[in-house]
Amino acid sequence: MLQRKRWIFAMIAILPTLVIFACVRLYPIADTLRLSLHKWDILSKKKPFIGLANFSELLGDHLFQDALINTTIIAFGVLIITIPTALVVAALIFHRTRSRFASFYETSIFIPYVVSLVPAAMAWKWIFDARLGPLNFLLSNLGIAPQSWLFDPVLSVICVIILCSWQALGYAVLIYLVGFKSLPVSLFEAIKLDGASGPQSFWYLSIPMLKPITLYVSVVTLVSGFNVYAQAFVLASDSQGAPGRLVRVLVLDMLENSFRNYRVGYAASEAVVLLVIVLILTLIQFSLLREKGRP
Amino acid sequence: MIKPTEGSRLRFRRKLIDRTIDLVLVSFSMLMILPLLFLVSNAFKSPSEMLNWPPTIIPTDPTLANFKAVLGETPLLHWIGNSLLFACLSTTCIVSTSALAGYVLGKFRFRSMNIIFFLFLATAVVPFEVYMIPLYFQAQALGVLNSVWGLLLGYMVMSFGIFLIRQNVIHSIPDELLEAARIDGAGEFWIFWRIVLPLLRGALGALAVLAFFQAWTSFAWPMIITTTRETYTIEVGLALFQTGFTVDLGRLSAASAAVLIPSITLFVLLRRNFVQGVASTGLKE
Repeated sequence: MLQRKRWIFAMIAILPTLVIFACVRLYPIADTLRLSLHKWDILSKKKPFIGLANFSELLGDHLFQDALINTTIIAFGVLIITIPTALVVAALIFHRTRSRFASFYETSIFIPYVVSLVPAAMAWKWIFDARLGPLNFLLSNLGIAPQSWLFDPVLSVICVIILCSWQALGYAVLIYLVGFKSLPVSLFEAIKLDGASGPQSFWYLSIPMLKPITLYVSVVTLVSGFNVYAQAFVLASDSQGAPGRLVRVLVLDMLENSFRNYRVGYAASEAVVLLVIVLILTLIQFSLLREKGRP
Repeated sequence: MIKPTEGSRLRFRRKLIDRTIDLVLVSFSMLMILPLLFLVSNAFKSPSEMLNWPPTIIPTDPTLANFKAVLGETPLLHWIGNSLLFACLSTTCIVSTSALAGYVLGKFRFRSMNIIFFLFLATAVVPFEVYMIPLYFQAQALGVLNSVWGLLLGYMVMSFGIFLIRQNVIHSIPDELLEAARIDGAGEFWIFWRIVLPLLRGALGALAVLAFFQAWTSFAWPMIITTTRETYTIEVGLALFQTGFTVDLGRLSAASAAVLIPSITLFVLLRRNFVQGVASTGLKE
């Protein structure tokens, strides 16, 4: 009787969340999967089932391939910059925990992660600006010819990577700091008594012990890298008001197919590709973690 | 035995290393916020000073002209208002759904609850971008495009919020406490309201800060939901404002600074909450 009463309370209490969740999460996810197998142009009423035709069309779509390549380069570029930098910076901050600047370090490295993206991107747009930007001034002082950073297909991808890394770093440092604080102090004391220097204990003790954290941060960074959109939109929009044409990323291509070309089914199949990428990354993370857990 | 002189030399060496590390960290931290500092200072510069090299951090002749121009050209304050309303509604929604669901999933071990928890867990990795197009058509069917309700539709629940509260419930609310209250004849809703919620205050605060910043900085969803100038959030408004080709950098900086300064202030004030919330995303069960 009492159990039954408790069960009723639990059901009533969880119902609102469950209903909202079903409407705004489960249903749209299922709908994405369904639409990806259908041909639906917003204008027509009919939505014929076409199997995997959308996906086979994606294979030959140059714009999609561009987007996929750019997005992959951006995601891995951010990863390669962020993880080593964050690890070293977190180690240094952890070493200086008792410094009177400690909270200044944490705050200023974390601020880029929390500020709204568009205003922050505006600052970088100025830095990269071909005529007014300090970056070109700096380069010309060093004797390097000024570049049109945001108008060159290769350079603008680099700019997006820099902007994304600048933002992602704060999160990675924070998670690493949590990791450093959880490492057993006794081990570090022992290795110190054996005569290991700071860099040695960092290399032989911290890095191996922080492997699960590195794995976690890497996957999070990669996943958010694959979802990049706003950064490319703001940074690579040219002055004629044609936003983001230059750095085509997956989400941009998807939205364009859906809302500019009215090909919703096709866009949904791109979303499914994105989902598969994210799932693969997550699976890799879990399987590596499990491997590690085994003696 | 270490001789006293050697000991002091070692200590000196240690100190020297620490100072060097401090120096490296201070310069690195400054480098991280330098773009934002320049942005704020550019906002107060006249067009001619913008061209100066090297760029000045403190404008020699500060002017408010950029701010006046931006406020005249764009409904900036209106956009900020839209974003604020959206962020507050989203925070309220996320905090209440997470509190209820997290508590139930943490303390009521029925098989049906486990199935629900698995459902939340399984969909948590799916990025928002994957399902936002069908969600857009749902918003269209509901007739909430170009409104704060449409914005809210995408930001009503947060899987991570549910997990965060569930973890907190499991670790910080003892079963004995709830049982004692039940024996005293307290109803389940009373227990939740009077015992559980007060104990979760810290976690809920951290979650609220996270949820607020999440909505405040959201971009892709407001971008597709709002298409009229009056309904833009500040992020969308700014992003589209900067694509106009008559816009100069001074005004853009002013508009950006007007958004950044309050949110950075808010962050510095709520830093503890924020860091606690974000840090717990990295913690595993």
